[in-house]
Amino acid sequence: MTYSFELPLLILLILTAGGAMFVKDLLSAVLILGSYSFFLALVWAWLGAVDVAFVEAVVGSGLATVFFVLTLFGIEPRDTLIRRTPPPIAAVVGLPLLGLLLLYAANDLPAFGDPASPASTYVSPFYLENSLADTQTPNVVTAVLMDYRAFDTLMETVVIYTAGMACWLLLRRDAR
Amino acid sequence: MFELVQGWLQRPNFIAFVILFLWGLYITVTHHNLLKKLIGLYLVQTSVIFFLVTTGAKDGATVPILIPGETVVQPETYVNPLPHVLTLTAIVVQVATLGVSLALVAGIYKKYGSLDEDEVLKRLE
Repeated sequence: MTYSFELPLLILLILTAGGAMFVKDLLSAVLILGSYSFFLALVWAWLGAVDVAFVEAVVGSGLATVFFVLTLFGIEPRDTLIRRTPPPIAAVVGLPLLGLLLLYAANDLPAFGDPASPASTYVSPFYLENSLADTQTPNVVTAVLMDYRAFDTLMETVVIYTAGMACWLLLRRDAR
Repeated sequence: MFELVQGWLQRPNFIAFVILFLWGLYITVTHHNLLKKLIGLYLVQTSVIFFLVTTGAKDGATVPILIPGETVVQPETYVNPLPHVLTLTAIVVQVATLGVSLALVAGIYKKYGSLDEDEVLKRLE
C-alpha cells in the first residue's frame, strides 16, 4: 500500500494536535481541535472506513466543537487564557518511557494492511459473506450495527439519553 | 535495533497513534486548565479509535459496501467492517460523555468563577 496520500494527512493530524496543545487561547485551541477532527475523518475515509469518517466529521468535528464553543460563551475572556507552569518531572520522564514501551511492542503487531492479520480472518469474513443474504443490506457496517448488534445500538441510545438528562440537570437555571 | 526502526516505518499509523496518545495524556496530566484537560482527553480517545480503525485496513481492499450483482463475496476485497461498527458506538458515546463533562466544567465555573484547578481548590477551602 502506498503512503503518499496518507503521510501528508498524518503530518497535518500531528500538527493540528500540536497546535491545540501549544496555543495559549482556549477558543483557538477548540477551533484547531475541530480541524484536527476533520483531518482524522479524511484519514479514515482513506483507510476505507467511510461510515466512521461521516460520523467523525458530523459528531466529532461539528457537535463536539459546538459543545466546546457553547461552554466558552459563558466564560469571561480573562479566564480563557492559559497559565503555564513547569511540568512535573514524573510526566516528563514517565510519558516518553511509556512511548518507548509502545513503540517496542510495535513489531509484534500484524503489518499494516495485511489481509491475513488475525483481526481480518477470524469472524469478519462471516459477516461479509452472509450479511446480504441475512439482512438484505448491501452496507455491511449498517447490517452489523442495526441487525446483528441491534440491542447494543438500542442501549447506546439509553447512554445518550442519560447523558442528555445529566446535562439538563447540571445546567438548570435554579441548580445549586 | 535496525529491524525495530524498520518495523516502525512500516506502520506510520502506529507512530501517529503513539504521538497523539502521549500528547493527549501529557496535556491531561500537566495543564491546570479544566477545559484544556478535556481537549487532551479528547485527543486520547480519538487516537485509540484511530488505532482500532487501522487494524481493519487491508491492502487493495475497498469500502465495506457490497457491489450489487456479486453472487459470491470475496472477503479479502472488502475492508474489515467490525472495527468500524465498534468505533461508531465509541465515537457517539465519547461525544455524549464530553457533553456531560463540559456541563460539569460550566457548573464549576458558575460556582467558583475560575477554570484553573488550583484556584478552584483554593476557593473550596
